[in-house]
Amino acid sequence: MNIPSNSFTNKDFTSDIKPVWCPGCGDFHVLLSITKALAALGRPPEDIAVISGIGCSSRIPAYTNCYGFHGVHGRSLALAAGLKVARDDLTVMVMSGDGDGFSIGGNHFLHACRRNIDMTYIVMDNRVYGMTKGQPSPTTEPDWDSALSPGGSGLNPFQPLVIALASGANFVAREFSGNIKSTTQTIIEAVKHPGFSFVEILSPCVTFRPDEKEWKKQVHSASVEETSDPAQAARRIMTDDGMNTGILYRGTRAPFKSKVSDEHGDINALEQDFEI
Amino acid sequence: MTTPPIAKKSVSISIAGAGGAGAMTAGGILLEAAGKSGWYGMMNRSVGPQIRGGEAAALLRLANHPVECMSEGFDLLIAIDWKNASRFAAEMPLKKTGLVIADPSAGDVPDAITAYGAEVIEVEIKKLAKSVPGGRENMVAAGLAAGFIGLSEDFLMEIINAKLARKGDAAVESSRLCLEAGLKAAAEIARNFEIGAADMKNKGRWLITGNEAVGLGAIRGGVRYAAAYPITPATEVLEWLSPALAKIGGALVQAEDELSSINMAIGASYGGRPSITATSGPGLSLMMESLGLAAAAEVPVVVVDVMRCGPSTGIATKSEQSDLNIAVYGFHGDAPHVVCAPLSVADCLYTGQWAVHLAEAMQVPVIVLSDQSLGQARVLMKRPVNLSFLANRKVYKQQSDEPYMRYAITADGVSPMAIPGTPGGQYTADGLTHSVRGTPSTQRSDQQNQMDKRHRKVADFDYGIHWGEVSGVGEELVILTWGSITAPAKEAIRTLNSEGIDVKLVAMRLISPFPKDALLEALQGAKRILIVEQTHAGQFHSYLRANCDLPGEIRQFHRPGPHLISATEITSQIRDWAQS
Repeated sequence: MNIPSNSFTNKDFTSDIKPVWCPGCGDFHVLLSITKALAALGRPPEDIAVISGIGCSSRIPAYTNCYGFHGVHGRSLALAAGLKVARDDLTVMVMSGDGDGFSIGGNHFLHACRRNIDMTYIVMDNRVYGMTKGQPSPTTEPDWDSALSPGGSGLNPFQPLVIALASGANFVAREFSGNIKSTTQTIIEAVKHPGFSFVEILSPCVTFRPDEKEWKKQVHSASVEETSDPAQAARRIMTDDGMNTGILYRGTRAPFKSKVSDEHGDINALEQDFEI
Repeated sequence: MTTPPIAKKSVSISIAGAGGAGAMTAGGILLEAAGKSGWYGMMNRSVGPQIRGGEAAALLRLANHPVECMSEGFDLLIAIDWKNASRFAAEMPLKKTGLVIADPSAGDVPDAITAYGAEVIEVEIKKLAKSVPGGRENMVAAGLAAGFIGLSEDFLMEIINAKLARKGDAAVESSRLCLEAGLKAAAEIARNFEIGAADMKNKGRWLITGNEAVGLGAIRGGVRYAAAYPITPATEVLEWLSPALAKIGGALVQAEDELSSINMAIGASYGGRPSITATSGPGLSLMMESLGLAAAAEVPVVVVDVMRCGPSTGIATKSEQSDLNIAVYGFHGDAPHVVCAPLSVADCLYTGQWAVHLAEAMQVPVIVLSDQSLGQARVLMKRPVNLSFLANRKVYKQQSDEPYMRYAITADGVSPMAIPGTPGGQYTADGLTHSVRGTPSTQRSDQQNQMDKRHRKVADFDYGIHWGEVSGVGEELVILTWGSITAPAKEAIRTLNSEGIDVKLVAMRLISPFPKDALLEALQGAKRILIVEQTHAGQFHSYLRANCDLPGEIRQFHRPGPHLISATEITSQIRDWAQS
């Protein structure tokens, strides 16, 4: 479908359902950036599928006017992989959070990067389990105090961007939810880029991590230009302060090729193998 | 003038040797050649957990009529060597009238074998093979077996030519010479195990395993996407589907684990492609949460569980029926779905295709409970007819400006499903309790109405005659079973009927929803019912008792794997009861 991109606005991609998020949640801004990006990309809402798992951020599909699937905890990438391979004509967007994506769904993250199916993975990282009212996630600082881990978990935070690179993701970016313009632009680039695109969006949880309100002062756009060399990208990401935003890596690996088509082959030919 | 019916005759052969000795290859060639010659038969394998070098025996039953299970005792045991033979001796009891061919160079015949009392004759298999350049013992063994049962060398060579053509003329020639050495040795021994006249008019045999058949059934039903994670004994379903789907515009994708494979299948089905995955008990356990999602979000999907001994890792290479409980009850919450089970290797095709039809028609997850004894057995069957079970999903097509309600309440509970790409059909599939529109809801009415609708879909569906099979004689004495145990039960009933004991068979293909009315109708007049199943706990018995009041007196016969419940065990249970 070739509808000129200027025929859509973000409202065409937004549903009338009121989000469950707390006032001030970064995810409102992420939703806005996503719908703006989709409007700019110019495909109609019925050609977009938004897939998610469980958690605050995973509520997004129903807030869009696209096809959506709100699955079980941690399995959004698998659900999306099945859909995209079966329906290569669709634009597939996957929404997750730091608990859903990096803890319970960690293994799928590695293999989605490796498989390099053409889809866009957006993780809203607020470094906390919000829906269950404040437990440490894989990206939480080791000394963050909570009822579940008094005095902190003592564990070093997971480095999603480095792991994405090491696992073969074809596009790696970090954004801050409050920077709607650059987040929108990065999502557009991520969707356009062939293969598996990973965008980590720092999205503050104002309820359980009020300290994250400071993020808007701390983030800064990448001081270095994007690269297509994963080793260089990894070194930069490992040495930056975690608040560096922008497209950090754009690879050239060929995406996974789906062979599913609407054609119906000859089943009789398969059956001949059994005849003797 | 009518010709009298040919007496049913079958011969059972075991070819044993250490893994890698080629016993399976020899067995496979014999089976295929038997098919060419107009016979029927089946082959199972006895293998240990080792990948290479463990014990291995090709267990064959060849017959002049279709057979669905292995027979009780073996007529012929041809041992290439005796490595680890004591471990599988219990699995291949020899008839007293049987014959053991032993190679003296392989050492003494183990006590576990001589204990059966069958005649033992020495043949220098290894020496015969070595007398041929490039010769192999397994081909000598195949020749011996062929000689005893009266299988023509021409049919064997047809198979060998086809199989070894790639390896060149020398390989074919050395196989021929080994075969002939075996045939000659058998002729000298002159013991007759001949099957007799073959049904040459009724050719057109298929040679297929249960795992292949269930895959083909799924494709016939409309499956075009499969997700896979390898697990014994289900892997062959996936390995067959992978190239098969690629040839017909579909695809199989290997997943990182079963949590992923089930979700890939659900995702593809959400996208409009009928989808399947196959696994065994440990994998099914991992899939249960997502199967609940498929039930709640109403996404059709088929999972073939090729059951093995459990719990936990259990015995991966041996059969059991002990996943019945998890298949029926393993979901959290109330999650209407379908569980069905093939009744024979050939029936894997039928049940596989039916499962796709059911999943698509009702938009539900369907679990097919096959097992190792069906999945990994290779049978010669009559060419199957085409069935009318097809994927026929009720889909949404935009007709008006009315907003689309994905989970609209309908009379039969099935609501038209919008396939992504359909304008105006956008909705979010959700495992959260939802309204008719699909919007998350905590309303009592939504929970009640959506539960009712999902229940109605499965409970009110017309499963017709496909729920089970009823055969045998009489109505007072009944064997009630399900799945793979149907085949030995049928064999037991044939024996009992021939002894003048009237026994009826009732075998359930549909497990859940419980086909109460059809079952009770089939059991009308029953005074004694023997419930037979391959579980330690008697899961099937408990399930039946929980769902209906069975008529008459009830007895159970159940035990776990690894050895399959045999017709003899069932026969003696019934004989004892009939005489008491």
